[in-house]
Amino acid sequence: MPASDADREPTTPGMPPGSTSETLEANWRRTVDHSTRWPVIAFVSSSVFWLLIGSVLAIVASLKFNMPDWLVQQGWLTFGRIRPAHLNTVIYGWISMAGVGVGTWLWARLLKTRLRGRWMMMTSVALWNVGMLLGTIGILIGHSRAIEWVEMPYYAFAFIVPAMLLVVASFLLTLQQRRVKHLFISVWYLGASMLWGPFLVVAVLLPIYSGVPEATANWWYAHNILGLWITPAGLAAAYYFIPKVIGRPVYSYHLSYLGFWTLALFYNWAGVHHLVGGPAPQWVVTVSIVFSVMMIVPVVVVAVNHHMTVVGHFKKLKYSPTLRFVVFGAMSYTAVSLQGSLQSLRSWQEVTHFTHYTIAHSHLGVYAFASMIMFGAMYYIMPRVTNWEWDSPRLISIHFWTTGLGVGAYFTALTIGGVIQGLQMLDPSIDFLTIVDDTKPWLVVRSVAGSLMTIGHFVFAYLLYRIIAKSGERRDGPVYFHPAPAGLFGSSAGDGSSRQAPSMDADSEETQDSPGL
Amino acid sequence: MTRSLLIFLGAFAAISMSFTALALLPGLQLSTIEPTPGTDDYTFEEQRGREIYIRDGCLYCHTQQVRPDGFGADIQRGWGSRGSFPGDYVYDETHQLGTMRTGPDLHDIASRQPSRDWHLAHLYQPRSVSPGSVMPAYPYMFEVKSRSNVLPSDVTVPISPEYAPPEGKVVVAKEEALYLYDYLMTLRLEPLEENRDG
Ligand code: HEM
Ligand code: HEM
Repeated sequence: MPASDADREPTTPGMPPGSTSETLEANWRRTVDHSTRWPVIAFVSSSVFWLLIGSVLAIVASLKFNMPDWLVQQGWLTFGRIRPAHLNTVIYGWISMAGVGVGTWLWARLLKTRLRGRWMMMTSVALWNVGMLLGTIGILIGHSRAIEWVEMPYYAFAFIVPAMLLVVASFLLTLQQRRVKHLFISVWYLGASMLWGPFLVVAVLLPIYSGVPEATANWWYAHNILGLWITPAGLAAAYYFIPKVIGRPVYSYHLSYLGFWTLALFYNWAGVHHLVGGPAPQWVVTVSIVFSVMMIVPVVVVAVNHHMTVVGHFKKLKYSPTLRFVVFGAMSYTAVSLQGSLQSLRSWQEVTHFTHYTIAHSHLGVYAFASMIMFGAMYYIMPRVTNWEWDSPRLISIHFWTTGLGVGAYFTALTIGGVIQGLQMLDPSIDFLTIVDDTKPWLVVRSVAGSLMTIGHFVFAYLLYRIIAKSGERRDGPVYFHPAPAGLFGSSAGDGSSRQAPSMDADSEETQDSPGL
Repeated sequence: MTRSLLIFLGAFAAISMSFTALALLPGLQLSTIEPTPGTDDYTFEEQRGREIYIRDGCLYCHTQQVRPDGFGADIQRGWGSRGSFPGDYVYDETHQLGTMRTGPDLHDIASRQPSRDWHLAHLYQPRSVSPGSVMPAYPYMFEVKSRSNVLPSDVTVPISPEYAPPEGKVVVAKEEALYLYDYLMTLRLEPLEENRDG
């Protein structure tokens, strides 16, 4: 640790003379939160915009399985374009921009310093949105590259890559000015993902691949965008918000280091498990299967850390929206990853690989894990950057139940339908069209579940609009699903509020920053 | 060394190694591979067809990788006489291996179903030849014309009565559909003499 870091620690700027250390804490936190305000609002609202677009595309894609002659007259409406448009809007628009928005706020908070390079962030958001717009339209008008997870044409990435680099630059400038000794584990995850994300995108766009090697590069990329770009943002948020809201330090700080390094070392070798049984060289596939199974280590470590922190505090889930969404997400992370390790085995892949089962796994990951954590994080962050409270506990509750039940039904239906489909495909005496017929009921359930989720997204977008526009009555104190009993969330915990008296607002980040506590 | 530098270097080393191993090495290993017998570079028409396959995302429902004997039941299903090899893909600038079988594998479709009439009818209206299929129809690759306006060069498509256009009209394939058919006819797995391991 450089001495300069330690030196900077006590000299918090804007220290009002004579204030207690608690009001001091509250004051710098307000300054820091305030510095992230416009970048966070811009990234969060853009991400939700793309979530809405992505959801509409998703519903159209899903309904096309139920009504294959619906919307077929024009090329831009064909399934093979709507579907990649769905993936790219939700991955590069929704979840990536949400991760940057949430990450930005966490970054400044955890480094206890103002966000630097705000103009870079604002330029980034603009470039990113232009890139997404071009990319989505590009796919729909027939410029899809049909390389899974990188369908958007080059001209879209020409905006998105610089946008990512601007975020990295702003993060680095802020890091230089940090006022903390310990880098909390969330900072590790976020910092590393800021390196991995742009590296991955640039690497996969290199025009050097073709044939089977292109497929291995493709899946090295796609798996890593999930594991080294989306997952770290989700885990960083979970590591922050679970202890924060509960008001209790992370269960084992040492374990969290182990979890980080094993993830960093194992995840990126696992990508070719997407090509089991295919024409890729056997050694690459085997390496990927081995590392997929080794992923059990970081996953269990993270699971222990997250779930053991929650144990004994389950009743707080009844009240806090942030906690409920984030814990839902953290549990899904454990589930999707253990499922992933098992399903990469050859005998499992033989059944499930080419079926709807995989689509269920996808949504358990990117939705039930990553998206739900992002929702939870936004419930915490937005009141702090807007100085306003959420409008309606009732609507938040609707948001939670539509998305939670929706993704639950989505996952269950496609998992069952997918396994049946996979087993039937192994039996050559079953005619292919019979197999197709047997998937149909499960695909209807998916459309219904997806409609529920989409309703939830529109409700959330409305809530977001209300809080950014500061509509409705000014509320005192944080919004809980039910009025929380006094003292349930200590002064240093809970969803907190944008407007609490400074002395009430004083939580000490130290509880989480220092491993000893 | 500061903690943040350590994290940075560790993270960078990890990703660079796997990038080299998983994304670059297979390219080197397979750089000298010979095309399998029957695998030829695409003609102009076939390449155009391939671009349509890419543009309209057939990949999202169809794989182009037959599983080897002993893994899955592809060969027993008649989806190919052998598993696919890297040499089958040497001319594929954008790989279309796919990961989903909402529809059947297509890597050997040319052997299984060579009929042009069948393919064109199937593209125009999949359910006219495969009842119960969920494949989208591609009417925009066809034109419905009055019988009297059909030119000698036009390729007309026989459609089963249930889905046929009204009396006096016929379905004519546009270039897109014909190119796509040409491309599909390149998807053929010739049996190999010895069984090489990919
Ligand atoms: C230990 C961790 C994990 C392992 C070993 C793992 C393993 C796998 C495997 C083997 C597949 C390929 C399935 C197939 O094609 O048959 C897959 C697909 C997928 N996984 Fe995971 N998974 C893990 C965690 C996650 C997480 C955390 C997420 C989300 C953030 C996720 C999202 C996905 C998605 C979206 C796909 C589908 C990709 C596509 O086909 O387009 N996975 N995973
Ligand atoms: C609104 C609810 C949603 C519905 C109804 C839905 C529906 C779909 C459909 C129909 C597909 C294509 C499946 C196929 O090709 O057979 C798909 C793929 C996918 N969706 Fe969604 N989706 C929804 C939300 C989301 C969200 C919010 C995300 C990301 C955060 C997401 C990520 C993905 C991914 C990664 C794939 C590719 C899966 C794969 O290749 O294995 N979806 N979705």
